[in-house]
Amino acid sequence: MRRLLYGLAGLAGLLALLEAVPRLGLVDERFLPPASRILGTLAGQLVTAELWLALGETVLGWALGLAIAFCLAVAAGVVIGIVPGLRAATHSTVEFLRPIPSVALVPLATLLYGPSLGSTLLLVVYASFWQVLIQVLYGVAAVDPVAYDTARSYGLSSWSRVRHLVWPTALPYVMTGLRLAAAVAFILAVTAELVIGSPGLGAEIQVAQNSGAVPTVYALIVLAGLVGIGVNAAVRLLERRVLSWHPAVRSEAGT
Amino acid sequence: MKAGVRGKAGVRVVRLFGLPVLLVLGWWLVSGRSFYLPDPVRVARAFGQTWFSARVFDDVLPSIGRLLAGYALATVLGVGLGVPIGLSPRLRATLEPVLEFFRAIPPPVLVPLLMLLAGIDTPMKVLVIVSGCVWPILLNTVEGVRALDEVLADTCRMYGVHGATRLRRFVLRGASPQIMAGLRQALSIGIILMVISEMFASSSGLGFTIVLFQRQFQIAEMWSGILLLGLIGLTLSLLFRFVERRVLSWYYGAGAARA
Repeated sequence: MRRLLYGLAGLAGLLALLEAVPRLGLVDERFLPPASRILGTLAGQLVTAELWLALGETVLGWALGLAIAFCLAVAAGVVIGIVPGLRAATHSTVEFLRPIPSVALVPLATLLYGPSLGSTLLLVVYASFWQVLIQVLYGVAAVDPVAYDTARSYGLSSWSRVRHLVWPTALPYVMTGLRLAAAVAFILAVTAELVIGSPGLGAEIQVAQNSGAVPTVYALIVLAGLVGIGVNAAVRLLERRVLSWHPAVRSEAGT
Repeated sequence: MKAGVRGKAGVRVVRLFGLPVLLVLGWWLVSGRSFYLPDPVRVARAFGQTWFSARVFDDVLPSIGRLLAGYALATVLGVGLGVPIGLSPRLRATLEPVLEFFRAIPPPVLVPLLMLLAGIDTPMKVLVIVSGCVWPILLNTVEGVRALDEVLADTCRMYGVHGATRLRRFVLRGASPQIMAGLRQALSIGIILMVISEMFASSSGLGFTIVLFQRQFQIAEMWSGILLLGLIGLTLSLLFRFVERRVLSWYYGAGAARA
């Protein structure tokens, strides 16, 4: 309860600061509008259809890209982790491709897809794929070898071994990967819209900046932050749901 | 015996280079079908011609310099602010929602805004990198300082360890695994922002050059730029791993002894 009060006081302090700095003339009002005007503009934007369409495009690019990357990475990770020798053979390639910054693909995306959903998807999928893949590989490596051998000697088929042993062991790691990937995917979705011009929030920000609508730029950035918080919260909720059987989550809920 | 050693080395070489060689061969086979995918030989030649020239000093090194400057500034800011926030529960409770909000803003959207405030020159680009890198470092420092071992804290107090010694030997040391985790996240964000800040209203730098090649349909040169960015990302992440091993050697050592 007290924590909440302190938190609210912090937010109020930020708003007061953002209101006071331009009003007192410390920063030119044209470059930093007071907080009240930013929030007013945001409220005004929230009743327009264009904003919700743009928001929908952003969320679509994010969700679709994340889903594609997630499925590909889980399938690839489980196969690489289980088939003997494959992990060693792919190690150098994975370590080389993983640190390539996904924005390096911006020119390629522009050439192939232009300002459309395809560009967003290319960047989002590339960026989030590695986050999930690495975690899946860790997760598969964490499978208890004794349990694995036991499952084998009891005659479980490879599919049921994956289904009943590997997948539950790897699931906490997979969810960590999903959480990291969700944040990165949102950043890349907005980036693609901002730089390439695919429809969405980022493109709206770019348009507002070009037309000199400074309060709108701020309002959209605030909105992007709020969506980011929503994205994080949603994935955390999903993680708790999916792992509700896991001892770590259960003991946390008990205390 | 000797043959066995040689055989092992052979297996290692195959493991390291087998798949990459196959991939490049595959690339070579499918190239030529598409205008957008030149064959590897042409990309390699373009790489040599494009990047082993004056461009290294005009575009590549300034970009990396800005990245390192922004990263260093963000580290100082993030750790400097994170330690006091982490040490004071009241301050932490007050600032937590604000910090969570700032972290949730995708850093690239700040580029148009910072262009308004700081122009389009080097200060803006460094500022963009700082504004993106500082949050993971700050929040991880706060988390690391908060989770310091209480027994060790009491021990420090009993032995009269305080002030700068306490900060250096206990607070920063104890939080360093978390701080390094934040620094690792910040590095990949920093590279992204280095490229993006140069794609807006810029006339030099790596990001600008690659987009320029794309606009002029110099496809092989564009691919060589993507390759160069990949190599820079790889080098920085290897360097980071080296530094991390150094800084956290006591931590890994302790973990190994316990296990």
